[in-house]
Amino acid sequence: MTNSIDNCSSCRSPKSMKVHEVSTQTQTGQIGGQVSLVIDGKTIKVPLGTTILEACRTLNIRIPTLCYHEDLCVAGICRICVVEVEKMHTLQAACSFPVTAPIVVHTHTRKVRHARRHILDLMLSDHYGECYSCSRNGTCELQTLAQEYGVDFYRFGHPSESTHKVDRSSHSVVRDMDKCILCRRCVRTCIDLQEVGVLEAINRGDHTKISTFMDKQLADVVCINCGQCINRCPTAALKANDPTDDVWAAIDDPDKHVVIQTAPSPRAAIGECFDLEPGTPMTWQMNTALRECGFDAVFDTNFTADLTIIEEGTELILRLYKALVQGDQKVAESLPQFTSCSPGWVKYIEHFYPDYLHHVSSAKSPQQMFGALIKTYYAKKRNIDPSKIVSVALMPCSAKKFECNRPEMVDSGYKDIDYGLTTRELAKMIHEAGIDMPKMEKSDFDDPFGTATGSGVIFGASGGVMESALRCVVELVTGEAVENIFENARIEPVRGFEGTKLAELTFDKVGPVPDLLKHLVPNWDWMKGVTLKVGVCHGTANAKKVMDDIIAGGPFSKCHFIEFMACPGGCLGGGGQPIPTSEAIRAARARAIYAEDESSTVRKSHLNPAILDVYHEFLTDGPCGKTAHKLLHTHYIRRGKYIM
Amino acid sequence: MLVTENERLRQNILDWADELNRDRSALIPLLQRVQKRYSSVSGFAMQVIADILDIHPVEVYSVVSFYSFLDHKPKGRFIIRLCQTISCAMAGKDRVARQLENELGIRFGETTADGKFTLEYTNCLGMCDRGPAMLVNDQVFTQVSPERAHEIVEKCRQTFGTFALQDQGRID
Repeated sequence: MTNSIDNCSSCRSPKSMKVHEVSTQTQTGQIGGQVSLVIDGKTIKVPLGTTILEACRTLNIRIPTLCYHEDLCVAGICRICVVEVEKMHTLQAACSFPVTAPIVVHTHTRKVRHARRHILDLMLSDHYGECYSCSRNGTCELQTLAQEYGVDFYRFGHPSESTHKVDRSSHSVVRDMDKCILCRRCVRTCIDLQEVGVLEAINRGDHTKISTFMDKQLADVVCINCGQCINRCPTAALKANDPTDDVWAAIDDPDKHVVIQTAPSPRAAIGECFDLEPGTPMTWQMNTALRECGFDAVFDTNFTADLTIIEEGTELILRLYKALVQGDQKVAESLPQFTSCSPGWVKYIEHFYPDYLHHVSSAKSPQQMFGALIKTYYAKKRNIDPSKIVSVALMPCSAKKFECNRPEMVDSGYKDIDYGLTTRELAKMIHEAGIDMPKMEKSDFDDPFGTATGSGVIFGASGGVMESALRCVVELVTGEAVENIFENARIEPVRGFEGTKLAELTFDKVGPVPDLLKHLVPNWDWMKGVTLKVGVCHGTANAKKVMDDIIAGGPFSKCHFIEFMACPGGCLGGGGQPIPTSEAIRAARARAIYAEDESSTVRKSHLNPAILDVYHEFLTDGPCGKTAHKLLHTHYIRRGKYIM
Repeated sequence: MLVTENERLRQNILDWADELNRDRSALIPLLQRVQKRYSSVSGFAMQVIADILDIHPVEVYSVVSFYSFLDHKPKGRFIIRLCQTISCAMAGKDRVARQLENELGIRFGETTADGKFTLEYTNCLGMCDRGPAMLVNDQVFTQVSPERAHEIVEKCRQTFGTFALQDQGRID
């Protein structure tokens, strides 16, 4: 197995936004590669081009920031990070001042403190709303700064009337521009990090506002609902569409049977909302807390993650069989197969590459598969009227809210998933119920779906879907345990946070066809000697690179299967996860996810006993069979990117 | 063959883009050409430009909304911009403004129902010594009195029919 990483250049924002790229780390150690500066009397040597802010952080000097975000390009527009540099006429923004010569910096002189306070006062003079009625109360960066700088009156006034309408058109993202401080983090997120390009600053001067193309509503533009802008917004100008009131109403209704499925990523992150370190797994405590809240049953989305692997994997095998053995040209054109788990990615390809929709697996995402099964299989098994079931999904994702509201997602005869909750919203519900989640007893998931496999858990991290699929395919095709090929079933080449990854695997020997797939392929002989090529990418900016590479006929066009995740880091960096986010936090969550995988007893989807039960009792015509197609597969819409 | 307005617009933009290199730096010249030929930059034009330059439509919209001389909504054939800065204000801009409003029957920021005139304020035109100054399309008028304003508007009305497109109706 080889691993090649595309040496992708960083984002394509204008050069003016890339001040930090002056940083030439390679020069370290060479003459002139280092520069020394004095900050508040402390001398420090840093590589040429390091910003004052970075130098301060290595010295543990706190500089307030608002527009700065470590995932994003430098903008230097909010000016809250100003510092005094000796011999410079004016105050300088620490985040965008690359040190190229020895300088002396003062970070908290009278001039600096006054300037920062003034900047804050000016922001507050234009910031409508009161903190106690704000969804970001307690996690707002502007509020924190106002507290740190002791703002106890509004020097330049405070608006008493709303000046912008709240845009609630989207199922996922709510825009409340009254709270916007114009830091443009969302702009840089949307344009550079995600390459979707929905938000940008429009107009000029004091008329400036963040808006969409032609001031349209969010539901009418190309927004993919990934919610990355929510995660990076310092205030509550961008927030998720919160259905908790409806969920509480359903819980309080004695007629309703309220079930919740929990995705793998929220449990690795929800601890952050309870002041735990990032990467503290809360799986079992959260189950108890959910029951305490009043949910009638708690399921593990990993169950349908396993089901997704079976369905999507079977679909891939069928496509390969038709293309390689039967020589079906039309099917051959639909390779590589793209994953369909990430609703943000699905909407992205519907908008930006509609001509490639036939590549996308028709399998639904795990959330929607579960939705379809709960109101059919589970309802039948438990003898519950499906119209009385309220199905809630706990997801790390804001796009899942959009997905469950897609009009075609009603295959069970009812709305498959009624409400999508994000990690933050569930944490709020648990707080509201007065439950101290970290101190809860541990409890397991409810039957009949039981505890899922480690394969389902790693869906939360970038490369996880591919790793699960490979584990499954290797065992089904070779008949050999995957542990014999990869140590402890860790398929390292698809793990990690590189933007795009390529890997390949040659099948030297093949085994007998397992029972599950007997009705689809006669034998595996055609797989012998075949090199399976797979790709992984996360973040839609990387997805765009991969798609452009496929169009240009590059290495990704030779792949058979490519995993796409809309959010940086995969689901664990999703738009519904606790705020703040950074590469270090995402890495910690990934560690929690991989640790849960290793502690699982079953770590391969096709060995999940509950899955075999479902195929035995309910989806009797097997993977990709007729019932499976009706309930577990979907179709996509050619949306296009032109807005009329 | 029947060519729709949008197809013609797209072809124009493609031709201009080839002339200018398909690069982000071609954005402003492209927008200026579209503005000149079509007297506004429509949403469709912005999306075509974004497509060609491989940027996002919202970035194009951001630029269009930033500049006063690029419009995303159709405006009148004659755009009258009266300087509102202090020297012109002191030289009697208010009287001219009232004259224009009464003459055209619209307020500042509005367009006449027949689509002939748009009335706007502008900031300093650099004609502070000869205020009040006024811009009609790209032509500057200085020391404009209410009487002169009336004459200018009358001339615009007379010129319109004959010189509509070629030179944006230059008047003297």
